[in-house]
Amino acid sequence: MNESQMKDLKKYSTILRKHIIEQVFSSQSGHPGGSLSCADIMTVLYFNEMRVDPKNPKWEDRDRFVLSKGHCSPALYAALAEKGFFPKEELVKFRSIDSFLEGHPSMRYVPGVDMSTGSLGQGISTAFGMAMAGKIDNKDYNVFAILGDGEIQEGQVWEALMASAHYKLDNLIAFLDHNRLQIDGNISDVMSPEPVDEKIKAFGWEVIVIDGHDYSQIIDAIDKAKKSTGKPTMIIAETIKGKGVSFMENEASWHGTAPNKEQRDIAMAELDAVLAGMEV
Amino acid sequence: MSKGIATREAYGNALAQIGEDPRIVVLDADLSKSTKTAVFKNKYPERFINMGIAESNMMAAAAGIASCGKVVFASTFAIFASGRAFEQVRNSICYSALNVKIGATHAGLTVGEDGASHQSIEDIALMRAVPNMTVICPADGVEAKLATIAASKIDGPVYLRFSRMAAPVLFDESTYKFEIGKGVTLSEGSDVTIIATGVMVSEAVAAAEQLKSDGISARVVNIHTIKPIDKDIIVKAAKETGAIVTCEEHNVIGGLGGAVSEVLVQNCPVPVKMVGVQDKFGKSGKAEEVMKLYGLTAENIVAKAKEAIEMKKA
Repeated sequence: MNESQMKDLKKYSTILRKHIIEQVFSSQSGHPGGSLSCADIMTVLYFNEMRVDPKNPKWEDRDRFVLSKGHCSPALYAALAEKGFFPKEELVKFRSIDSFLEGHPSMRYVPGVDMSTGSLGQGISTAFGMAMAGKIDNKDYNVFAILGDGEIQEGQVWEALMASAHYKLDNLIAFLDHNRLQIDGNISDVMSPEPVDEKIKAFGWEVIVIDGHDYSQIIDAIDKAKKSTGKPTMIIAETIKGKGVSFMENEASWHGTAPNKEQRDIAMAELDAVLAGMEV
Repeated sequence: MSKGIATREAYGNALAQIGEDPRIVVLDADLSKSTKTAVFKNKYPERFINMGIAESNMMAAAAGIASCGKVVFASTFAIFASGRAFEQVRNSICYSALNVKIGATHAGLTVGEDGASHQSIEDIALMRAVPNMTVICPADGVEAKLATIAASKIDGPVYLRFSRMAAPVLFDESTYKFEIGKGVTLSEGSDVTIIATGVMVSEAVAAAEQLKSDGISARVVNIHTIKPIDKDIIVKAAKETGAIVTCEEHNVIGGLGGAVSEVLVQNCPVPVKMVGVQDKFGKSGKAEEVMKLYGLTAENIVAKAKEAIEMKKA
């Protein structure tokens, strides 16, 4: 990957982060921390990797994406709007009564959303189903999913992991957004799922551990996953909750809290500075 | 009435029959021999997926497969389909109105020997409370087959409730017109209407015969589709006979009795008596013994019909 492509991804991820802050600020509700931690993965998926067509969101041969951690909808909506699935002006109506941007993604209302999610643990099962359908039809699309590391405390996730390995779904590529925080605190204090790499490997998956904010590592991991035969791949992305907004980083309290006007302005100034720095 | 096949068996046969449609995919949770989806599996193994003993994953997986244009049938016992996987059915399937048909077998008390843990008496209540869901409870093998075929032809989630036990034959396949949402008047009557669903329909027919010999004219209505319910046939029965008895192999809370009463209180209030499980868990025993113990019999329908007629006079 060349420098200009890298710069593009940096630019998009920063714009996505701005959209995330603006959405959560506008509605004064939503989940900024986990949205920011998966923003770089989302950027690579929608601006470098996935075969999608904003003009034909239900295209049969498209790659699918399931945001299993559905509360991070601001990150998904940001990517979809920036990609052109719907007008960016809609983003500020996030979670409001006259908007189709539900608190958690709905495939019925939002163009580009492949599966309604929000109840943790169910998304990965639906992704399994999509991958299974692809195999039945001999389609060459891939199914991508992002799971939260708190989410994997749901037992259903492990049912889905077991089934995906059993049916050798090498067209299924999942990310674990390993930011180590959930609402009540550190995942290891609340209910430790560790060691996640060994557990997921033991369930029959290929496991790749990367820095989830490093674009080339994300891209390389996806390339490796696509070459895997007979096994689904879990990319464990080591991330920082709240990444990109200084005062939100590594703070569990920003899991589901909206910034006030002053905090919003500081966050936007920080992100604008990143964009400005790229112009030089 | 001649002894026919169990509705679950008719379901399996129907799946094999409609299976030539390449969009049909069948999922089961390690019960394919009991739910009879094995009949489909043997014919179309490439479109049968055994999900193991993991019903929650199965229901959400069904949603994912359906989102790719498939018509998915997901089967397990009613207790697990509606209970264990309730929220997957609600959020992954029904919220997005995905094309998943839940083939729930071994519903109600007639599971028999397996006992209370496996006797679902709440599934109609649970499933009909979810928006976008259609709920069908066939009365015999013929209706079960036609219901399965009809469900495959409509877009959206359907809960199909089947029984373990063989059901007497009520309908002639060559003449019976099955339509989702349309009740069926099995016999006319003017003193009382017995509204039944599933295995209780044959009991209702027997009860009407007994009432006839007591000089009481009872109408019998088969409500195979509990949601959307046929309001017209219920209101008409209330207006013309003035009293209703509902019969179901389900808790009297939230099932057919509840659904019929919801229609009546808003349109034509008349006395209603409910034959069903009186808010108790089931128990082990032979199916017929358990049904008798819980009052799910023609005799009890007769008694309730007489009570309902008495209430008219009050």
